[in-house]
Order: sequence, then C-alpha cells, then structure tokens
Amino acid sequence: MGYALDFGWLNDAVSLIASGAAMTIFLIAVSAIAGIVLSILAAAARRSRHAVLRQGIAGYVELVRNTPFLVQLFFIFFGLPSLGIRLDPVVAAILAMTLNMTAYTTEIVGAGLDAVPKGQREAALALGLRPRVVFMKIVLPQALKVIYPALTSQIVIMMLESAVVSQIAVRELTYEADMLQARTFRAFETYLIVTLVYLAMSIGLRRLLIAGGNRMLAGGVS
Amino acid sequence: MIEFTLWDIIRNLLLAARWTVLLSAVAFAGGTIVGLLILFLRISKRRWMRQFAEYYIGLFQGTPLLMQLFLLFFGLPLLGFRIEPWTAAVLGLTLCASAFLAEIWRGGVQAVPLGQWDAGSSLGLHYLKQLRLIILPQAFAITRAPTVGFLVQLIKSTALTSIIGFEELVRTSNAINNATFEPFTVYGFVALIYFALCFPLTRYAKVLELRTLKH
Repeated sequence: MGYALDFGWLNDAVSLIASGAAMTIFLIAVSAIAGIVLSILAAAARRSRHAVLRQGIAGYVELVRNTPFLVQLFFIFFGLPSLGIRLDPVVAAILAMTLNMTAYTTEIVGAGLDAVPKGQREAALALGLRPRVVFMKIVLPQALKVIYPALTSQIVIMMLESAVVSQIAVRELTYEADMLQARTFRAFETYLIVTLVYLAMSIGLRRLLIAGGNRMLAGGVS
Repeated sequence: MIEFTLWDIIRNLLLAARWTVLLSAVAFAGGTIVGLLILFLRISKRRWMRQFAEYYIGLFQGTPLLMQLFLLFFGLPLLGFRIEPWTAAVLGLTLCASAFLAEIWRGGVQAVPLGQWDAGSSLGLHYLKQLRLIILPQAFAITRAPTVGFLVQLIKSTALTSIIGFEELVRTSNAINNATFEPFTVYGFVALIYFALCFPLTRYAKVLELRTLKH
C-alpha cells in the first residue's frame, strides 16, 4: 500500500504511444488485406481438382492453427536466417501475421464458399459465363456477405495478437510501452494506458469494419 | 560453450513442455470455475449483473493477453501481493479463459429452447435447480466442441507467459537457442511439440462438432 499512481509522464509519452499505435495499425492493415486475398486463393485451391494442392493447403492450415503465433514468429525471424533468409523485423512480423491470418481465414472463406447454394454456380455457368467470372462475380460476393462478421472478428483478434511482435523489436504499441516503462519506472500505469489504447482500437476497428461492410456489401452485413 | 547434442535439445524441450501442460490444465480448471460464475452473472435476471459480465467479457476479449499478463505482473505488487511469474501466469490465463468460456457457454444457454425453462418451472423447480438439472447439461452438450477448441487456444496462449518470465516451453527454447545457436532446429521442435499437444484436441473438437450436427 501507500503507492500513488502517477500519470505525470504521460504528456511526453503521447507522441510515442501514437507512433506505436500507428505501427500496429499499419501491421494489421497490411496483413489483413494480404491474408484475405491469399485465403480466397487458398480456399479456392482447397476445393480444386488437384489433390496435392488440396492436401498441401490442409497441412499448412493445420500446422499454423495448432502452434502458437509467438513460436511461428520466432521461427521466421530467428530460424529462417540459417537457411540464408534474413528478414527485417517489420517484414518478419508482416510475414508471420499474414501466414497466421491466412490459415484462419482460409477456413472462414471456405465455409462461406460452401454456404453458397450450388444452383447459383450452375445457373451462372448455364448463362455462358466463364468459370473465373462465375467465381469472382457470383460465388465470392455471396460468400463474403455470409462470412463478413467472422472475418471482422478474426482481424480484431489478429490485431490484439500483434502485441507479440514487440518481442522481435518491431516498434509497435507494446514495444513503445516496454520502452516507456523502462524509462519512467511506472510499469503499471504505462501498461494500463496502453491496454486502454488497445481496447479503444479494437472497439474502433470493429465498428469501422462493420460500417465499411454495410456500405460495400450489397444489402449490408447479415 | 556447452555442447548440446540433438537429444539434449529434445530432452530439455520435452521436460519444459510439462510446465506448458500443467499451466494449461490449471488455467483451464480455474477458467471453468470463474467462467461459471461469470456465466451466472451473464444470464442473470438482474440487469446490472448482466451488464457487469458483459463488460468483463468485453474487456478480456478486447485487449491483448500480453497486456493482461503485464498488468497483473506489475499491478499486483502495488497492492502488496508478492507475485511470481507462475502466479501471474495462472491468474492471467484463468481470468482470460473465464471470459471466453463464459461467452461460449452463454451461447449454449441461449440455444436451449425457452420451453425447457417453462417445463422446469411447471415441475416446481426453482431457478438454480432448473439451471443445474435442465439448462446447463443441455448447454454444455451443445458447446462441447467450441470448449475443446478453446482449450487448444489456451495451450497456445501459454506461450505468452514466457515473456513475463515463466519457465515453460518457449522460454526454455529461448535459453537453449542462446546456448546452441540452432534456432531452426530448436524452434522447429518447439512447434512440433505444440502441434503434438494441440492437433489431437483439434481433431477431437471436429469429431464433437460433427456429432452435434448429426443430432
């Protein structure tokens, strides 16, 4: 007892926290976009006629989903250099986040593709549309509409999980918090503030994505 | 520098994996107990109780687990508790698990048809007995697959406790890596150990899911 909380350091720290938060937003923006594009390809390939492709993607998804993100990150950042692949921390973080994100969203997108009634595809093919157009214009939009809420949750989860990339010295929000508390000796207050920033970011990101989805997807998010 | 054979690396990693398993088990048990309490609040008839549980769940699902661990690790000593990495790890994972489990089970309770409550009342059972004898058994039966799925997530989450200094699999692997400079082998094996722990559970969750779908 007898400990008084002190937030006097906060004035000088605002810009550092802001730049850390900007880095976190940058990381999640890049890996979410890349992850969703890749997972659409992966989910389509998972349903293709090539058995090797199907099994390869299934193996990748299981491997990523059954190991911790932190270990994947360490493997990419510390392990790959022994194969001659040396990555900048930010690149390693984006790569790890994208690979992780893709594994989860592949399952989500796949479920969405399966949820589109078969008749939709058959009808489009009967109208003489090419298979690629059928996928892009008929099946995918309907699938995205169904899975949009699940994608939103997955992006928010990934944003929260990105706190871990501070461990390979990417200067995002958690890294800045670590540096701040080492300088101010106010660990609890620092992490409290940063936790609240994360909370605000996750609520904000969710709202933004839902608002964006309502605007982009015809008929709104289900 | 100490010489490490491949077997030394694997043996030490497997020994450290015991702590990962123990931590997961304790946190899951603790999370079940606290999660049940939160569930009762979440489905309570009183508004303020529901509201509290909702904020509690939102707080733990809306912030990084790493921050929750840091706050406990640095916050509890301020309140006069002496705290070790193990205590902070168990407490942090328990609280986090309770929020997720309560939310999963709430979904199960809401999936039970309202008529089941009415039937319970008409048999003269009071609220707690309805819950214990009629509602919860059905709710747990429906949510068995996501509960096992969450256990997998929890096992993976224990990796984060390495950052606050708890000697589990990842922290041990960092030490071994610093001694051997063989990150590819070390982290590769760590990934394999986690996979061996989680994959059977993932499979089991899938089986449970298919079984509930059939009913």
